Amino acid sequence: MTRIGVVVFPGSNRDIDAINALRVAGAEPVTLWHESPDLAGVDGIVLPGGFAYGDYLRAGVIARFSPVMRAVAAFAAEGGHVLGICNGFQVLTEAGLLPGALLRNRSLRFVSRQIAIAPERLDSPFTRAIDARRPLRMPVAHGEGCYYAEPAALDALEASGGVLFRYVHLDGAPAGGEEDRANPNGSLRAIAGVTNAAGNVAGLMPHPETAVEAVLGSDDGLGIVRSLVDSAAERAAGRRTTVTVGAR
Amino acid sequence: MSTSMGYRFAVNVTPKAGILDPQGRAVEGSLPHLGVSGVHDVRVGRRVELTVEAASEADARITVERLAGELLSNPMIEAYAVELLGSTSSTTSESTETGAGVAAG
Repeated sequence: MTRIGVVVFPGSNRDIDAINALRVAGAEPVTLWHESPDLAGVDGIVLPGGFAYGDYLRAGVIARFSPVMRAVAAFAAEGGHVLGICNGFQVLTEAGLLPGALLRNRSLRFVSRQIAIAPERLDSPFTRAIDARRPLRMPVAHGEGCYYAEPAALDALEASGGVLFRYVHLDGAPAGGEEDRANPNGSLRAIAGVTNAAGNVAGLMPHPETAVEAVLGSDDGLGIVRSLVDSAAERAAGRRTTVTVGAR
Repeated sequence: MSTSMGYRFAVNVTPKAGILDPQGRAVEGSLPHLGVSGVHDVRVGRRVELTVEAASEADARITVERLAGELLSNPMIEAYAVELLGSTSSTTSESTETGAGVAAG
């Protein structure tokens, strides 16, 4: 079974949801403690939501310097798949593993409600199991989710396929700027999730891991979690083959 | 005998020009309620004060510059300015503000 690590920082609070989602997606979740640089040989990693280290100074910045994050950075540098959700996305931008920054919501309010996002592409390791480019309903719950990068950086990100998800209306129409309720935090170009240049690290502010079963109100997030699991499984299988061939 | 000094710094972190600052905008929006007009471009930042133990002010500045750039600010969205507040000899608990330091602030 594919083993996916869930990093737990002091202040993480969606780790149990991530563990549940990984089980629903058919993976074996493995808890990774922030103080240990040992990734326990996992095939992929989720950085869950919460308020790591109290989000003091800036959301995600103190978590960035934890022992586990050095290991996560090395794992990502080797091509391992890493998905950051909400606070996990903030940690990845602070760590420089993903482009951009997440600013205070333009409304200055913490937003906690159901929204919709649409994948920009279905050929990424984090969207491949999504069946169609349709709006996906899932919750957001954050105070600092306004995606920001300089205009030239945004252009480059869009041109290279780095935008993974955008906030949309339920009918699929793209969300507008800060006055549009469909864009819950005023993110530039309604960007809800991005991936790195290599395509193996991704982050998004909404919570796919709490939308994986109909009983939770939506199971639209399962495709994202399943994509991660499939990608990690495929990479692990490839590595085992390489090792076997090399041993002969 | 080597002497170590404690250098007291303030690091003032502010949103970079052009970066949306919703806190500054909210403060500005409240001004009419105070009957204040003619105040604009409000920017809300953060001030971090710290003491660095070092052999010299130059060494202390190297440390504080590194912290300011790597931890206390996010260079993509924030600018910072380092301000020396004063220095104390670490061998005594008595604080002696240096005139030069205050002038530098």
